[in-house]
Amino acid sequence: MFRTFLIKYGEIAIKGKNRHLFEDALVKQICHALRPVDGKFHVYKEQGRIYIDCGSQEDPENGMFDFEGTVEALKCVFGIVGICPVLKVEDRGIEQLGTDVIGFLEQAYDVHGQTFKVAARRARKSYPIESMEVDRVLGGRILEAFPQMRVDVHEPEIMLHVEIREKIYIYSKIIPGPGGMPVGTNGKAMLLLSGGIDSPVAGYMICKRGVRIDATYFHAPPYTSERAKQKVVDLARRIAKYAGPIDLHVVNFTDIQLYIYDQCPHDELTIIMRRYMMRIAEHFAKETGSLALVTGESIGQVASQTMQSLAATNEVCTIPVFRPLIGFDKQEIVNVAERIDTYETSILPYEDCCTIFVAKHPVTKPNLNVIRRSEQKLNEKIDELVRTAIETTETIRVW
Amino acid sequence: MEAYLDNSATTRCTESVRDAVVRAMMEDYGNPSSRHQKGLDAERSLREARETLARTLRVSEKEIYFTSGATESNNWALIGAAAANRRAGMHLITTAIEHPAVLMPMQYLQEQGFRVTYLPVDSAGQISLDDLEQAICDDTILVSIMYVNNEVGAIEPIAEAGKRIRARNPRILFHVDAVQAYGKMPVYPKTLGVDMLSASAHKIHGPKGIGFLYINERVKIHPLLLGGGQQKGMRSGTDNVPGAVGLAQAAKEAYANLEEERRHFLELKRRLMEGLAALPQVVIHSQPGEQGAAHIVSAAFPGVRSEVLLHALEERGVYVSAGSACSSNKKQPVSAVLKELHLRPELLESTLRFSFGRFTTAEEIDYCLQTLAQLLPVLRRYTRH
Repeated sequence: MFRTFLIKYGEIAIKGKNRHLFEDALVKQICHALRPVDGKFHVYKEQGRIYIDCGSQEDPENGMFDFEGTVEALKCVFGIVGICPVLKVEDRGIEQLGTDVIGFLEQAYDVHGQTFKVAARRARKSYPIESMEVDRVLGGRILEAFPQMRVDVHEPEIMLHVEIREKIYIYSKIIPGPGGMPVGTNGKAMLLLSGGIDSPVAGYMICKRGVRIDATYFHAPPYTSERAKQKVVDLARRIAKYAGPIDLHVVNFTDIQLYIYDQCPHDELTIIMRRYMMRIAEHFAKETGSLALVTGESIGQVASQTMQSLAATNEVCTIPVFRPLIGFDKQEIVNVAERIDTYETSILPYEDCCTIFVAKHPVTKPNLNVIRRSEQKLNEKIDELVRTAIETTETIRVW
Repeated sequence: MEAYLDNSATTRCTESVRDAVVRAMMEDYGNPSSRHQKGLDAERSLREARETLARTLRVSEKEIYFTSGATESNNWALIGAAAANRRAGMHLITTAIEHPAVLMPMQYLQEQGFRVTYLPVDSAGQISLDDLEQAICDDTILVSIMYVNNEVGAIEPIAEAGKRIRARNPRILFHVDAVQAYGKMPVYPKTLGVDMLSASAHKIHGPKGIGFLYINERVKIHPLLLGGGQQKGMRSGTDNVPGAVGLAQAAKEAYANLEEERRHFLELKRRLMEGLAALPQVVIHSQPGEQGAAHIVSAAFPGVRSEVLLHALEERGVYVSAGSACSSNKKQPVSAVLKELHLRPELLESTLRFSFGRFTTAEEIDYCLQTLAQLLPVLRRYTRH
């Protein structure tokens, strides 16, 4: 019965003069999200609302479409707070509207003794009957048709919305959307993506605030396998469901890692390695218009994520580093990962380059001066190695 | 240079197999169940394929059933025979080092109420016949033992096992997973006392997706796949004529050159094992010469994780496997078979398997050894602390 969705959005509504930019971005993201869904979708703005008319490729007006798939896709579009399947009817007078409303209830519910309330909204002021009067008339018709139903204006079980515009829209269910802001309205950032649980969640969180992302992954063959790389591509693809297309930079990091291993104390290996990862990621960020770096770090989770270690890796960056998970517990991160469907992929047992040479007792309180002095030992070859790593980086577009 | 030393995972098709398969797809494409001439032609190809296989095993062609591969053959043999004979008893025997295509159906049967005994193996990967004899109970209905272990190449004493089982109770069914033996050595179920035997085409330069199950005429077994009644109602589903023809061609070629190929494999094996023994700190699990399969060599390289070594070899065009390819995508990367050999942990996580096929050359072995000699010192220098 539902061929139309009404999209409710939250924060965008308060954006003043820039509002249309946010709405346009939302329309664009909705179109992107619906591309793989079976059906033909017409997304349009009308009087401060976004509607989607649905049909099939062959018959956009009346054909069948994948309703469940449409809802699932819309649940991935940031900026949407509510997805309302609506019945769109022509205005053929209040009598017919009463009949339409009764038909709506019959089809959408197994009507027994539920309580209800009619909430009419007359957006088209030329409609001859005032909202309160519409409520009253429709409420009367419903009680006539279903004598077992009762009116409850405070906590109704069925809240029946009737919006009178060019056409009339009837809906009662609001499926929650993911919230946030439309991707593309808040600039772009570079995500340091590993194969773990945290970084995909960090990417998701930053996108939720409307930020478009690219990603950098550090590959260390033969210590990490092609399958580990494929896993990261798969994770990027999952995030792209929310984020839109992602450019994934795959950096071959082996030679840098081995050089650090040869020259520096082993307990500092991870910190120094991460400093070089930040430097390289920042290089690609600047080159491709990202304004910040994003990592999945959370305070104290591992040795390289103590306050001192974070400070030591942060020091090499000249652009902001955002850590959306900084205050999250592991379980909270896992919960999000499960919800956005990255968890199962993240726990596949391929080794990533952060763990291959990890020392038994890595430093947890690195002293910046000591780290800098250790890095001096790399002077001879490191610039050359970093340059080679950057030049040989492979960029994969994922969506 | 490239060295493909993972032939126990799968092999490349020979050109004659490819031609036979293509002919069956493009010319003999009829359905053997159709009544017209095209159906008849296809049926004839199928019968010839079945006869060819029967000849290699010295059995009747009525005892050959085509399947989608050894996994289906093993599932069918175990589940189908257990179901048909459950009134005679609820006890099954197998070994601890079987392929998952035997172990998982066994586990399923356990869930259905059967008791399963898993025979241990010694450090060479072989079961003890006395263990087998002791494991047999009054209600034992089925014994399943693999012919050649896929990970270390151990050859199980099938003929002796067959004798002991028969001596104890001739009604017990004896199934053999012969995936790594068929096409590599003579396999005669009748003289071995084997009632059911599984094999697969793609391990012997045939196509993937086809295998067979030999079922002795005396065996009571239920079908697993029900449908159009093909293969005497025992295995429904439109006959895979191209697959069957490819399998028969591959089997014919394997057995035509059996002796020559065996000598070729033994020479490669000797070359590889001597070369490995000359490298520092290498532990070879496989038995030398004819005491083990001629085409499989398993060895550990302590100090290097097998996955790292595998990828480092791969970068230089040498393809091998860590554990067996079939068990490589599990959460627990360490091989269950190697564990059964009670190896030290450092050997468990550093073991590679090298396996030969008809196209393997001495040059490939030398290249592999040379590459290992270059890689090992470098890889051993960079380790976890």
